[in-house]
Amino acid sequence: MTADNPYIPYFATIEDNWYETGGDRCIKTFKVVFDDPAVRDSWSHKPGQCAMIGVLGEGESMISISCSPTEGKFLRFSVMKMGKVTQALHKLETGDKITVRGPYGNSFPVDDWQGKKILTIGGGIGQAPLRPIVEYVKANREKYAGLTMIYGARSSGDLCFKGEFDEMSKCDDLSCHLTIDIEEEDWSHNVGFVPQMLLDLNPAPENTVAVTCGPPIMIRFVLENLKKLGFSDEQIYTTLENRMKCGIGKCGRCNAGGMYVCKDGPVFSYAVLKDIPEAFA
Amino acid sequence: MSAMLLNKEKWPEFVKKLTGKNLWAPKLDGEAMRFAPVAEGEEVSLDYGNTRVPPKGATFPQTETMYRFLVGNMEIEEPKMDEELVLLGVRPCDARAMKIIEKLFRWDYDDPYYLKRRELVTLVGLACTEPGLNCFCSSVGGAPDSSEGLDLLIYDLGDRFLLEAVTVKGETLIAETKELLTDSDASAVKAKDKLMADAGAKIRRTVDHDGIPEGLPGLWEDPLWKSVSASCIGCGTCTYLCPTCHCFDIQDEVEGFEGRRCRMWDSCMFEEYTLHTSGHNTRPTRRERTRNRINHKYNYFVDKFDVIACVGCGRCINLCPVNIDIVEILRRVKEAL
Repeated sequence: MTADNPYIPYFATIEDNWYETGGDRCIKTFKVVFDDPAVRDSWSHKPGQCAMIGVLGEGESMISISCSPTEGKFLRFSVMKMGKVTQALHKLETGDKITVRGPYGNSFPVDDWQGKKILTIGGGIGQAPLRPIVEYVKANREKYAGLTMIYGARSSGDLCFKGEFDEMSKCDDLSCHLTIDIEEEDWSHNVGFVPQMLLDLNPAPENTVAVTCGPPIMIRFVLENLKKLGFSDEQIYTTLENRMKCGIGKCGRCNAGGMYVCKDGPVFSYAVLKDIPEAFA
Repeated sequence: MSAMLLNKEKWPEFVKKLTGKNLWAPKLDGEAMRFAPVAEGEEVSLDYGNTRVPPKGATFPQTETMYRFLVGNMEIEEPKMDEELVLLGVRPCDARAMKIIEKLFRWDYDDPYYLKRRELVTLVGLACTEPGLNCFCSSVGGAPDSSEGLDLLIYDLGDRFLLEAVTVKGETLIAETKELLTDSDASAVKAKDKLMADAGAKIRRTVDHDGIPEGLPGLWEDPLWKSVSASCIGCGTCTYLCPTCHCFDIQDEVEGFEGRRCRMWDSCMFEEYTLHTSGHNTRPTRRERTRNRINHKYNYFVDKFDVIACVGCGRCINLCPVNIDIVEILRRVKEAL
């Protein structure tokens, strides 16, 4: 990421790390800080952008930046343990170093959304790219007409960012609705699928922007239900992911139709997305 | 730009002059022609159709080190790229391809590897007089004597060569070989014009791509994709040998403590290309992959860079083990519009 070579990464040190979920495909969050103070100062990202993070000798993966720039001069990545690179990342602890290049892609148009109510609808690890919106709105509450967050996972153990939701219920303009697929003891929130919970909550589309991210099947039904609730295509946003290597629109593979997810995306309004072939492939 | 004549008797001397410069030219490698280094005193024959592998590797090597590192050591060393290279005998289609993919490598982010190599290479072209069986350059914006992307273009006029400089690099080559050259004349230009008109007339295959770029999105679900990809075995030959295919993978290689991050040619015709770690694949069958290959060349690239990402070299047709023919696919597309 030097001035003349966008493939050269910066080094960053893990300042803190913790498990969000357990199991074979556990999710670990890394809070990292750039080693070079100049990079720390010049780096700027927007909610929705991604970065290529990696381990030298193992490779790189495109991961969404799961913190808002309003939180401070650090980055957060919530990584599910899946393949070669993410397994290598999971072995790292506080004090270890990773490589970072980016930020890549477009972002959620949070400035254009000022004055509106924000509705986020997330499922599983899909909450990671939505979390920066939640944090951004929380840091700029006077600029938005409120935030409603719907977030679900298979079980309570599969929900990310759990400790962060309690304070939201204390504020009039913020609300948080959690749901899990299957009933559990001591679970005081909703039980059921995310798309159904959206219908049950019945949010009014007036002056609202809906943003969704999660498993493809969830997104499909959320989009269907948002349309049922009267949301227009322009009011609905989502963020895509595809396999990526370069992150800068060269290596070819992340295209959905003629759009490169790494560069033209990852954020798309449904008005644009509905005409892109392969967007839901 | 200057135009000069080179008597064929002086060809070996001309080549010898260039061998001081890290010269590569088509050489027989097994049963196929392929660009390879020319040693001093080695003969170079320009009597060939085209190389099996395009010269795209000169600017976009099949595998290339992006940077080196020692495992556990947080330092990155970028490779030095300073060796100049002269490619002698590049066909106009292949030079045009380099110019076309340069647009992608300059798109918003400059790709330092491609652009540096492009800067270091001098492309000496050879105009086509005997187009191959499956050549269709003239249908996709090229010509047997297209000078796009070349620095110098050579025409074989029988007993002599006509050399036309296209760029400053080409002019430099002419200046450096001046004592072997004579000024061009009207008869040479006339001979060249006739030669090229004849060559153009020998191109048998044509694609009428009028309406194809804008029409492709409407054919997304057309049954033709299943039918044109039915015999595909997913070998990737069409993309590896394509002078405009530029997709790559990035992999880390480690031996002991020494590691390098490298990029290598990849192919959209491979199943793994779009396979997510979760097992989900956005282009799960050869139908989707073939559709992507055609759409990329004839729609997506045209949308972004205003040029078709196919130069009509015919390699993908000549060398497909199951005779899939892009001209035929495009004819089917046109028919379905």
